[in-house]
Amino acid sequence: MATAKEIVSFRDVAKIYHGRAVAVSDVNITVKEGEFVCFIGTSGSGKTTTMRMINRMIEPSKGSIIFKGKNIRKYDPVKLRRTIGYVIQNNGLMPHMTIKDNITLVPKLLKWPQEKMDKKATELIKLAELPESYLDRYPAELSGGQQQRIGVVRALAADQDIILMDEPFGALDPITRDNLQDLVKHLQETLGKTIVFVTHDMDEALKLATHIVIMDSGKVIQDDTPDNILQHPANDFVKNLLGEERLLQAQQNTLSVGDIMSKNPARITLGKSLSEAIWEMSTKHVDSLLVTDDNNKLKGYIDLETINEHYSKDSSVSDIYANNLIKVKKTSFLRDTSERILKQGYKYVPVVDNDNTLIGIVTRASLVNVVYDAIWGKEELENPEDANLPASITKGSENA
Amino acid sequence: MANQPLWNQLIFYFSHNGMYLLQQFGRHFLISFYGVLLAAAVGIPLGIYMANHFHLGDFIISIANVIQTIPSLAMLSIIMLWLGLGVNTVIVTIFLYSLLPILKNTYTGMKNVDPNTIDSARGMGMTTFQLLYMVKLPLAMSVIMSGIRTAMVVAIGNTAIGAFVGAGGLGDLIIRGTNATDGAPLILAGALPTALMAIIVDLLIGLLQKYFEPTGYFKEQEE
Repeated sequence: MATAKEIVSFRDVAKIYHGRAVAVSDVNITVKEGEFVCFIGTSGSGKTTTMRMINRMIEPSKGSIIFKGKNIRKYDPVKLRRTIGYVIQNNGLMPHMTIKDNITLVPKLLKWPQEKMDKKATELIKLAELPESYLDRYPAELSGGQQQRIGVVRALAADQDIILMDEPFGALDPITRDNLQDLVKHLQETLGKTIVFVTHDMDEALKLATHIVIMDSGKVIQDDTPDNILQHPANDFVKNLLGEERLLQAQQNTLSVGDIMSKNPARITLGKSLSEAIWEMSTKHVDSLLVTDDNNKLKGYIDLETINEHYSKDSSVSDIYANNLIKVKKTSFLRDTSERILKQGYKYVPVVDNDNTLIGIVTRASLVNVVYDAIWGKEELENPEDANLPASITKGSENA
Repeated sequence: MANQPLWNQLIFYFSHNGMYLLQQFGRHFLISFYGVLLAAAVGIPLGIYMANHFHLGDFIISIANVIQTIPSLAMLSIIMLWLGLGVNTVIVTIFLYSLLPILKNTYTGMKNVDPNTIDSARGMGMTTFQLLYMVKLPLAMSVIMSGIRTAMVVAIGNTAIGAFVGAGGLGDLIIRGTNATDGAPLILAGALPTALMAIIVDLLIGLLQKYFEPTGYFKEQEE
């Protein structure tokens, strides 16, 4: 998507009412083709105003908006609007027209021939996943969710490339909303439409968007991909909007191995004897040791079973250690490591830095800690005694 | 004749002056109709304009309200000073009385169109004119029709008074009845068809109003 063409871009746009009341200011946003952009903010943040400036329902007071390479002021507003789909919250349908007339309203304004409109209507009612017999019904005969399905597909009737949606699902119950979100996401992905979507629901934005613009008091606070916003919220407002829970969850997605590893894995150097190895295991309550050289570079591991087999013949760790060891870098993501541990059955994975120096270990117990944090929150960490708790669990699991 | 029961006298009058009565009936209806038609021709566009510039709305409606408070006989006399005797005076009076209900209902009907519907129609690229005739008027039509219905019924009653300034119509019969000795049958011969006309017109426009009612629109509002 990085190379996609710009379809709409805002340049220093402001909307000021009566010369005083500033609705939005300093808006610089670029929407690329095929993007699903969510404008999100509290009420009065200017998100709807910003969206409505795209189809000139509201004229900007300052700055310019470029649509397909041309300033929107150069377009005739009526013709411009016919090339931009428009879905609003609750009942944008014409109550006195049948569903068919509603769907083909823009084609009718564009004076399409009747048979082409009929074809389009049947095509779109299928997209809306509603029976064809509904074409002859009136909006009031449909449920709220069905009405909004029609509202959504109607915006596609004249093959508009870009669709504006102003809190389209705000008035629907959660289950219907979920279904419609799936529908919109599906349509956007299969038809490659650009969608500008205004919402105040962060879950909705995170579910649908490929690009989120967070607004507050008429200003753009953050303009980025959902992942980046979750990982690096610009300020406390964004953090609040996202909520503690989501941030924590996002953190687990992006937590690196270094964040959760135990820093003092049970280890032994190459030159030590097997009896020393057994002594080390028994004091640390573990059944295997990581083997390093004198410079603390990771070489492999040795476990109690191997020592048992070779105890009589060999006497040094260097003779019998295994070097077929999976290791991870300190900076790799936990989500990849946890998969190795959980799915491939490793009891632990040693952590090394770029020089292959052993700096820690991730065990099943470390993962349990992460889950524990997610459930109980992080406040326990402020208490040093609790923070020590994971270390004992670490050892316990290695014994197992 | 005078010693017969009233009912028989009435039937006798109807059977001997049927054509005359029918003529007056038609005249009466047309006077009312022209007055209301004129009021509609002025009131509907004005109401549409007012709905778009609503600071004007209250002002114009208050003027129409003042007109409505003038008793119809007084109004007739005032207009007679200007237009003289005859049918035109009555039509102008009817026009003034019909203006308020038509204006008010047009204004209300237009203002009651769901702003969401208008917003989405505009956002889909309708011109102001298309918005008016494809969305606003169809949705307001039944309310406008109910204004015309009220105006028409009131107009039929007022036309009867119009006979005082020599406009003719069924009111003529009533006035002659009040002036004549034992004029009861004449009064009834004028009054009954007038009442009948008002009822029929009310029913007919009611049907028309139902026809203009946007399908499914009111079902939705009941929810």
